[in-house]
Amino acid sequence: MALLTMLAVVTVAIVRRRSLFAVVILASIYSFLMASVFLVLDAVDVALTEAAVGAGVSTVILLATLHLIKTVEIRQVRTRVLPLMVATVTGAILIWGTLTLPPFGTADAPIHKHVVPRYLSESIKKTNVANVVSAVLADYRGFDTLGEVTVIFTAGIGVILLLRGGRRRDRLADGDKAQ
Amino acid sequence: MSLDLIIRIGTKLILPFILLFAFYVQFHGDYGPGGGFQAGVIAAGTVILVAITFGLATAHRIAPHGLVDRLIPLGLLIFAGAGVAGLLLGYNYLEYTGFSRTPAYGHEYGILIVEFGVLVTVSGTIIALFYAFVERNR
Repeated sequence: MALLTMLAVVTVAIVRRRSLFAVVILASIYSFLMASVFLVLDAVDVALTEAAVGAGVSTVILLATLHLIKTVEIRQVRTRVLPLMVATVTGAILIWGTLTLPPFGTADAPIHKHVVPRYLSESIKKTNVANVVSAVLADYRGFDTLGEVTVIFTAGIGVILLLRGGRRRDRLADGDKAQ
Repeated sequence: MSLDLIIRIGTKLILPFILLFAFYVQFHGDYGPGGGFQAGVIAAGTVILVAITFGLATAHRIAPHGLVDRLIPLGLLIFAGAGVAGLLLGYNYLEYTGFSRTPAYGHEYGILIVEFGVLVTVSGTIIALFYAFVERNR
């Protein structure tokens, strides 16, 4: 509960800040708090990812972006009615979606009945891997993970093409000279 | 190049442990939390730390552009190749049973190989992203 309160406080702080540097640092703090929340929920794999990606690398990349742009957000002059409406409607739909969810932490929720018992009882025998998350990720759901890696590959290539595109040859030539 | 002595010495001291932790997360992912994604990010973090502390030139000596750009598709190829290897051994795509005489060990090896592919692609992508951002407008 204390963690969730801190999350809310940080979120409000992020929204109210105009200095983008402060926002980046606050976003990093937010990620660390989120990692702690995942840790409390016993999702250690997700917590590790959140701490490494969300708090670590994202912060560095955002700071590198700040290096390229101005560090203070320009005040919006356009109307705020449409974004407010979109946010309200989306939030309402999400809250409406949670209404019929089973109570948090119940053992007989549908998600725990489908394939989870099989994973928990069989995965160590079938894959010799004690961490069920790894077994599911790389073996039972290998196709999904292959898709994820393809997404990372595509995203990486896309960003590199956008940011480096066209001038790459010159830079390589410069690098050769420097060496 | 950062001229602060404490930062430079501290980085030097802490780097091997970060890299070791990355490999621990990678290869201990079978037993504890972790896996290719997390380890890839941590391993890329070492290169980013070097770039921040010692400058881009030093980072380029450790992880040159050519290498980083090749790592991104290489990891994907390792992953997809593991699937094709399963096919060639007479099982389904991405089914690792044939990798060892004991099916369970085959699955264990398969998971290790696939996670290594994830590590390669993720670390390559993160380093390339970092380079792409930092080298812009230089």
